[in-house]
Amino acid sequence: MSLDDLYREVILDHYRSPRNKRKMDDPTVVVELKNPVCGDEITLYLKLSGGVVEALSFEGKGCSISQASASMMTQAVRGKSLQEALELVERFKRMVRGELPASEADLGDLEALQGVAKFPVRVKCATLSWEALRRGLESDEGRVSGEVE
Amino acid sequence: MNVAEIRKDFPILGREVRGKRLVYLDNAATSQKPRCVIDAIREYYETYNANVHRAIHYLGEYATAAYEEVRAKVARFINAPSERTIVWVKNTSEAINLVAYAWGRKFVGEGDEIVTSVMEHHSNLVPWQQLAKARGARLRFFRMTPDGKLDLSDLDQLFNERTKLVAITHASNVLGTINPVAEIARKAHEVGAVVLVDGAQSAPHLPVDVQALDCDFFAFSAHKMCGPMGVGVLYGKEELLEAMDPFLFGGEMIGSVSLEESTWNEIPWKFEAGTPNVADVIGFGAAIDYLQSIGMEAIQAHERELVAYAMDALEELDGMVIYGPRDERAGLIAFNYREIHPHDLSTILDQEGVAIRAGHHCAEPLARWLDVPATARASFYIYNTREDVDALVRALLRAKEFFSHVPR
Repeated sequence: MSLDDLYREVILDHYRSPRNKRKMDDPTVVVELKNPVCGDEITLYLKLSGGVVEALSFEGKGCSISQASASMMTQAVRGKSLQEALELVERFKRMVRGELPASEADLGDLEALQGVAKFPVRVKCATLSWEALRRGLESDEGRVSGEVE
Repeated sequence: MNVAEIRKDFPILGREVRGKRLVYLDNAATSQKPRCVIDAIREYYETYNANVHRAIHYLGEYATAAYEEVRAKVARFINAPSERTIVWVKNTSEAINLVAYAWGRKFVGEGDEIVTSVMEHHSNLVPWQQLAKARGARLRFFRMTPDGKLDLSDLDQLFNERTKLVAITHASNVLGTINPVAEIARKAHEVGAVVLVDGAQSAPHLPVDVQALDCDFFAFSAHKMCGPMGVGVLYGKEELLEAMDPFLFGGEMIGSVSLEESTWNEIPWKFEAGTPNVADVIGFGAAIDYLQSIGMEAIQAHERELVAYAMDALEELDGMVIYGPRDERAGLIAFNYREIHPHDLSTILDQEGVAIRAGHHCAEPLARWLDVPATARASFYIYNTREDVDALVRALLRAKEFFSHVPR
């Protein structure tokens, strides 16, 4: 296990210049989620339309892993159906927990985050934005806020 | 004080982590344990394990005597007037909760005020929030100076006839601030308030004299001072402990029991329902002997010297932000470095064998006051050396190098 397993170049690139990190003017769902243990927080903006995740963006504070994970997620999920997006959330979480080999996860660029599985204390950094997405997709309300355990 | 010799007393310091020498700088979370403490616990289980206070047999009597002797030892350690003022609990949090329930629910009422501060560990804030809600009391807070000390200039307004309790930490687990609790207690007593001091970060590191401080309650944990986890102490003035009702009911804490009614045991046992953690109390006794063989003044002087050295070394680093006062402080330093998130710092330092802590350190309101989501914290103890500080600095430079291509 080395630092390079965790901090892949693509992760540092997303940390350096996060994609879709901005407020959205016309979201259909906004999710605010905090990890009270470490203070990381994310606000995720979703525009859901016709059963599809039409657009997503985020704002937040956190470590390189949480920020890169959120940034990569916004790219990976855009244009997916709600069902596909939920499946992606599940596959991603299982990969970073070490329950699903990256080779079977079919996650594209997101596979760069597979090294997180070797750093158990960092798993929640990687999954915060994905948990926000899951709550947003499953919510009937326009605004969701909460904390992860 | 011979740190090289002290290090030999701690088996864990001989191990490597991730192929590197262990540099343990998370002592504010818990300290390591010397061999004598580990041996005392093993000796108890191997040679005189028995339940205390009730048994009329050799082992039971022996265990009871050893267990109660540690209570007397703790009383002497903090210069309490009597071992009757020493209540065993499992940690500082439980000690504070005990006061919040057994004293607070009885003596704090509607419109009363509880004064505490923004630098408290959640353990010395949340119980008072709950008490205030339950009793219709009001929480008030000390003002802070910009460098992270209590601003005592307005105590005459803050403390008044409605003030029932002042709950304050002796030493901040983030800022390192050492609060003038004797002065605070004197002022609080002028208005008739009771003073509880959270000693979790002071008792391990500096001489504590509860009579000189004149606090009414003093709470601390064994595991931060070379002792085992699972043992804590609540010191309380006798008249207060006498006036309080028990917090937990059951075995050991009773005087006599009928089907309808019960009477309570004397203090301190009336607060100690059920079989206590005898083995770890015994281990704590060995820890106190160990600390006293070094001397609390010597420990304080060692940490002062090490923190001064670390402050100088860290301040040399470009992009370093250190929190808390520059002068007199406890043996810990919370910081942020080059806007690298403390989690990332902690992971990179860990690869170098350097164990620090990252987060809000169970003091979320303080992180908000500092206006940071998290800080990194290095905290020192008797076995830490200048080499440990140098290793910390080297690891920080490694983190800088690692994130150097991340423009901020």
